[in-house]
Amino acid sequence: MRRVLIGIVWFYFLVLLVGPILYMANQSFSQGIEAFWTEISRPEALHGFALTAEITGIVLVLNLFFGTMTALVLVRQQFWGRGLVSGVIDLPFAVSPVIAGFMLILLFGPDTLLGTFFGQARVKVLFALPAMILATLFVTFPFMVRELTPLLQTLGTEEEEAARTLGAGEWQVFLKVTLPALRWGMVYGATLTVARAIGEFGAVLVVSGNILLLTQTATLHIYQSYVDFNYVAANAVALTLLAVSFAILTILEIAKARAETTVAEAGAQ
Amino acid sequence: MKIEVRGLTKKFGSGTAVGDVSFVVHEGELLGLLGPSGSGKTTVLRLIAGLEVPTAGDIFIDGKRVNDLTVQERNIGFVFQHYALFKHLTVFDNIAFGLKIKKWSRRDSEQRVQELLGLMSLVGLGGRYPHQLSGGQRQRVAIARALAPRPAVLLMDEPFGAVDAKVRQELREWLIRLHTDLNVTSLFVTHDQEEAMEVSGRIIVFSKGKLEQAGSPADVYEEPATEFVARFIGSMNIVEGVVQREQVQVGSLEFPAPGFADGQKLQVGFRPYYLKVAEDPTRYRQQAKLRHIYFLGVAYRLEIETPDGLILRSRMNKEEFRRCRFTVGQAVSFAVTHFRILPQEGMASPHGTETSRPLTGPLTP
Repeated sequence: MRRVLIGIVWFYFLVLLVGPILYMANQSFSQGIEAFWTEISRPEALHGFALTAEITGIVLVLNLFFGTMTALVLVRQQFWGRGLVSGVIDLPFAVSPVIAGFMLILLFGPDTLLGTFFGQARVKVLFALPAMILATLFVTFPFMVRELTPLLQTLGTEEEEAARTLGAGEWQVFLKVTLPALRWGMVYGATLTVARAIGEFGAVLVVSGNILLLTQTATLHIYQSYVDFNYVAANAVALTLLAVSFAILTILEIAKARAETTVAEAGAQ
Repeated sequence: MKIEVRGLTKKFGSGTAVGDVSFVVHEGELLGLLGPSGSGKTTVLRLIAGLEVPTAGDIFIDGKRVNDLTVQERNIGFVFQHYALFKHLTVFDNIAFGLKIKKWSRRDSEQRVQELLGLMSLVGLGGRYPHQLSGGQRQRVAIARALAPRPAVLLMDEPFGAVDAKVRQELREWLIRLHTDLNVTSLFVTHDQEEAMEVSGRIIVFSKGKLEQAGSPADVYEEPATEFVARFIGSMNIVEGVVQREQVQVGSLEFPAPGFADGQKLQVGFRPYYLKVAEDPTRYRQQAKLRHIYFLGVAYRLEIETPDGLILRSRMNKEEFRRCRFTVGQAVSFAVTHFRILPQEGMASPHGTETSRPLTGPLTP
């Protein structure tokens, strides 16, 4: 029985994860390493990588800031509509990214108030970087908040009050007490945000227009290559993205293990 | 430094946590705020610290009104019930936290932390993290951290609430020694009357946001100012009766009450060790049935029931208990040797009048 269960897990793991990855790797190099290299270094691919990195970076910074702030406000403040906000935060998990993109299209369309406003100001939102950032923010917003809320609840306010009685001002309290207590939650939230932002496709596809060398991210480039029957390019870029995600996860695990041993060693002295 | 509060009031929404409280903590004193949970004593402490803003009233530290000073400016040391140590910092860095904020030089703060580690018997633990310490050690780190920047006053919220009974006893004795050594004006909150009695030089008893009584442990114990204090401090039998011909009648018991008008309802209280019980039914005049015997370690507690259905408690030392050979359910005789007529609800103690007296005449043979 035990063997059967373990066997099922292995089978599941192989078919769903390892198999596709190996097949993709195989296809990437099916025409030699030269072809792989050509595909991931052609301008369209490089532009896709750069755009993905740019969006991911901006989204990460915004999420770190607004996510932390939202979590703090939700846990610490009593206000009208708190339950509503808290419930709606998970909405991006439930809503298809395509719908999220579509909502942005409607919101910033030429006939709406916002669309007219930005049109008058000659700021291009749709089919440009701003809309792609907004779409990615929408789908990644819950990660940071959901990581930090439980941490803030367990932290409570006593440590912060203790710091105040010792003379610490509000900024010092935040930097020396609150932030250190949240750091691992922030690292996890950031990792999930980055992973999700790199992989985002649906919402970005809808709002970007998928314009070559302008609004085509790495995932859009994979899709486009696939549609254009350039399987080597699709596989090569996909494999690269996969490697990046894997590297991020690995670094996270190593950092976590190291932090834990530091604490343990310090205690053993 | 002296602490004084005048007319201190704190309302939360529609409830009053602290209602018009005034008291003084003298310089160098170790004063206990005693009361059941929800009596507002912790709120008083937080108001003094500046962690809460009073609805009304004034707070003075060292003669200066501090109402408008922030918690950071009040120069107080605060010890939280659940330690509130900084989990990500070592013991050393926890204690040095306030010194860093106040920009002490590296050398001075190192010296101060070492001094406190010694004083708190924490030598060698400076490199540990809070989660690697025992409850008693954490509590001492919390006190060291609060004392490090040399605060004007030390405020402690249930300082021994979160440690087990044995450690609590050690910490109490240790705190008394520490206070004798440092002589910093200290105010602590507790719900444990035994702890308040043992540790503090003076006690302030709280109930429902009101100050019930302030005085030395002996005063509060022997001369409770209100019925609440009488019930809360130590153990007391309290019976109620109506005055007839200057006697309070409680069933077959009679307590002299000279000066009280006929028909007045009065409460009479007596400590369990003033209730004498004998197995010989003719030894004392009053009769009762022995309902329970409790072994308390240092003594025994007997619970008796009078024919009128009153349940009374008696305390008896071991030698006396052994001489008597009681069995549960047997008939006994009893007498009350000392009693007090308790001040009525909302009435101040008839101070100076002798209400506690040895009882002679009707109850003793």
